[in-house]
Amino acid sequence: MIMKLAMAGLLATTVMAVVPAQAETLRLLTWGSYAPDELVKKFEEKYPDITVEVTFSNNEEMIAKLRATGGAGFDLAQPSHDRIYAVQQEYNIYKPLDLSKINTDVMQDKLLEGVKANTTIDGEVYAVPHQWGTSGLMANKTMAPDVKAWGDLCDPQYKGKTSMRLKRTILLGMAFDMGEDPFAAYADLDKYQSILDKVADKLIACKDNLKAYWKGGDDLSAMMMSGEIVASETWDSTAYKLYGENKDIVFVPPKTGALAWIDTFAIPRKGEADDAAYKWINFVLEPENVKIMSASTGAIAAVEGGKDLLPDDKKAAVNAAFTDADIDNLKFFANIPAGVEDMEGKTLEKIKAATGSE
Amino acid sequence: MMQKDIKRLSLILLFAPFALWIFLLIVLPHLGMFYISVREKVGPRMYEFGLGNYINFFAEPIYWNTLIRTGSMSLLVTALALLLGFPIAYYIAKIAGNRTRGALFLMCLIPLWVSDLIRAFGWILLLRETGIISSSLQWAGVINTPIEFLYNDAAVIMGLVYTVILFMIVPLVSTLDGMDNSMIEAGYNLGGNGPTVLRRIIIPYAMPGIVSGCIVVFMLTAGSYLTPILLGGKNSSWFTEQIYDQFITRYNWESGAAFGFLLLAFTSLVVWGGLKLSGQTLNSTVAKS
Amino acid sequence: MQSMTENDLATTDNDLECVQVRKHFGSVRAVDDVSFEIPKGSFFSILGPSGCGKTTLMRMIAGFESPTSGDIRIKGNSVIGTPPNKRNVKMVFQHLALFPMMNVYENIAYGLRCAGVSKEVIRTKVHDVLERISLPDVANREISQLSGGQKQRIAIARCMVLDPDVLLLDEPLGALDLKLREAMKIELKLLQHQFDTTFVYITHDQSEALVMSDNVAIMNQGKFVQIGTPQELYHNPSAAFVAGFVGDTNRWAGKVTRVENGAVEVATEAGLTMRGSVRGTGTPAVGDTVSAFVRPEFISAEKTGASDKPVDPAHNVINGKVDSILFNGANSRVLVRDGAGELIEADVVLTGSTQDLKPKDNVTLSWSPEQTMCFKA
Repeated sequence: MIMKLAMAGLLATTVMAVVPAQAETLRLLTWGSYAPDELVKKFEEKYPDITVEVTFSNNEEMIAKLRATGGAGFDLAQPSHDRIYAVQQEYNIYKPLDLSKINTDVMQDKLLEGVKANTTIDGEVYAVPHQWGTSGLMANKTMAPDVKAWGDLCDPQYKGKTSMRLKRTILLGMAFDMGEDPFAAYADLDKYQSILDKVADKLIACKDNLKAYWKGGDDLSAMMMSGEIVASETWDSTAYKLYGENKDIVFVPPKTGALAWIDTFAIPRKGEADDAAYKWINFVLEPENVKIMSASTGAIAAVEGGKDLLPDDKKAAVNAAFTDADIDNLKFFANIPAGVEDMEGKTLEKIKAATGSE
Repeated sequence: MMQKDIKRLSLILLFAPFALWIFLLIVLPHLGMFYISVREKVGPRMYEFGLGNYINFFAEPIYWNTLIRTGSMSLLVTALALLLGFPIAYYIAKIAGNRTRGALFLMCLIPLWVSDLIRAFGWILLLRETGIISSSLQWAGVINTPIEFLYNDAAVIMGLVYTVILFMIVPLVSTLDGMDNSMIEAGYNLGGNGPTVLRRIIIPYAMPGIVSGCIVVFMLTAGSYLTPILLGGKNSSWFTEQIYDQFITRYNWESGAAFGFLLLAFTSLVVWGGLKLSGQTLNSTVAKS
Repeated sequence: MQSMTENDLATTDNDLECVQVRKHFGSVRAVDDVSFEIPKGSFFSILGPSGCGKTTLMRMIAGFESPTSGDIRIKGNSVIGTPPNKRNVKMVFQHLALFPMMNVYENIAYGLRCAGVSKEVIRTKVHDVLERISLPDVANREISQLSGGQKQRIAIARCMVLDPDVLLLDEPLGALDLKLREAMKIELKLLQHQFDTTFVYITHDQSEALVMSDNVAIMNQGKFVQIGTPQELYHNPSAAFVAGFVGDTNRWAGKVTRVENGAVEVATEAGLTMRGSVRGTGTPAVGDTVSAFVRPEFISAEKTGASDKPVDPAHNVINGKVDSILFNGANSRVLVRDGAGELIEADVVLTGSTQDLKPKDNVTLSWSPEQTMCFKA
């Protein structure tokens, strides 16, 4: 507590010291590639009195940063839709959005309603969608033509030639693959624990089949491009990027459905530039800006016809990967109730610590 | 009287930056961390005082196994760094000429000019299955199929030794440098052979440097994060990774803080044990070099 | 060059022999054709200015360097190719090189342990040697707790406990203060007598060499110039270098004007004329350049006209004026400026009476031609 106070105090004073009276600073806490220079420059030209400062991060670190300051230090954050509800209840780090200031008309209804439903607490909405994408499989068609499901990563015919990231995505994917519905089990944590135990057994047995756990897009790309692995769990954007370089490497939505996430806009509780934040939200959802953004991120904007605003090569990759049926089959990540991260964390530790026959 | 006051004032002024540094950056955060580590979460935004986070650590074999694994691998890294660093330091301090000495020191320093991440990627490029070592071995006809050198404990240890060896070499060079050459000659002159002189004269003389190098290297290794994560295999967990996971992925600051303290206690214990075994004190080693 | 024919003993009785030892570093001849023999139980010094090659010579004897050519024999056996730890030659280093991480006992026991001596024997031997150097109670002290003189003795004891054939000492008194150095000179000599071991002592300090040694070798530019007893070196130097290096002396450069059965008349550059005796190799002829040396104690200085005793007509006589008095008790000296403007040193007795010489007094200096040592340049 002492530390928190001290840090908050320090931050407050520095912030007051650096922000000039007229010019406003928009401190953006977002994913790498979610604030391309071109777009930032364009925004600053349009609003000359606003300066944009960008900090790149990921879901967990975004929340940790905001938690450390009680929601201060940033004016706009972009966590995934499933990271709002429980986090807000637990740590109170976001503030409700004023939807009248957001141009919600351009957003795709289904996604907007989905996010709103997931992030409404006491009648207040805390997040709106920005972009969405999926996690699924990636395979080299020539070397691993049969990879169709999460479980195929454990197929002995690809022994030593598959990979995954040891994070919650693979736990959920594998659960679906084993015929369970983990999101439904969020309501009954005992049930969820039993699913996790089953998944852990499967993944421990599977360890031998993997080459390594990948840790980021770079090492995954390197292993895939060099042919050291032939199939892997992946983010779709990574797969699209590799498709651009090697047409044999495609994104494969698993037959149980690709897991879909929506990155949102949320305003930290102690944000100091709400107006600038709303301006940014509306700005990046303008069609010509969506194009710039999607070219940088490889994700699809949550606007009507978002897929068509992708650059041509990415569009080709998406078309090569998804059929309409696949899109219907998407499994959107459900809100994570309190305590689930801990259960999942323990399961992941157990898998990591288990010594296979290596 | 006046003189005395001025003296005292200047003493306080000299001491102030150090005291502030210690207090604000070391004591205060640790107090905060300790406070967090003895909070038990009982519900959303509800905490109780208790040692539950520490008890959890001992109740879960995965945690203390990882700590012991981290500790023993760090000891191995320390031993290897000493084994490799001692001859290098001896060469720099006792054999190399003045000019080569500077160049050699510089070469030892170069790895520190790039970030941890870049260094790890360098190793990845070398060691991976389609990497430089594997393909050149194939080209030379030594092996028929590519070999994966990456993603195992040996790669982690190699990467760590490479990163920390400088911190072993520097204190060793400075103690060996202070050793009069005639001490070694006297060792031979009085009838000692090479191994005897090494064991009875050079190593005891260099002991303060050895111990201080080992302490620094051990601490750095046990506290390192990127190298073991990036080079490690499917089973190689490192304790700092656990701490990161507790803090960041699992939002469990309470347990992460407790783990942090346990790591601190564990490494301190190992260092204390090492000092006792070698008969050195902190004053005669780290404070000296 | 010149071996000690006077002391020629049977070869086996020599503890150390060097035969035409050479050491060249590139084109530098650090040690150039040095031969000598040291009989058992003597105190032998090698005296020379710094850089004369004496340290290199000693390091070759100890085995830290190997000679370019020549032979080194210890007790008659060649040690060329024998590593330093296998030679029974021990060495006291310039800064002693006591091991700071061991106490006194361990320092002395180190060599015995290397030799694989049993624990009980080590204990007895260490205590014996401590007894002999009169430091029986320091066994458990740390090196840093010893005084300079004690360290010195421990360094010697550490070698002597191994019963070496030869003990080498490399300017071990250099680091001590003056008073202690004087005391240690005598002590070293006594220790050498007590242990009855051959000491080879290396120094650039002539008084150390003269006081302690049975024989001294004067070394210059890699060569031995003369070997002899301290008295021989002092009174009968065989070369101008020795005359100038050993002891204090007045020195003139001049030309021979007359030669007369073993005696010469020399006109110095400043214009003095003196008679002297020919020393060293080579007989000078008229016109040759020579160096003339006269030691201060052989010059008598009297107030001009004060004495009615007639001056020996054979003596050299010079009148001058006292420039300054260097009072040092029994070793007092007077600096006299002669007519040519040069300063001449002469020993005088200063009793404290009014008869003593004072600056600006006119004095008459006289000395015998036999004490005027002339060397052909």
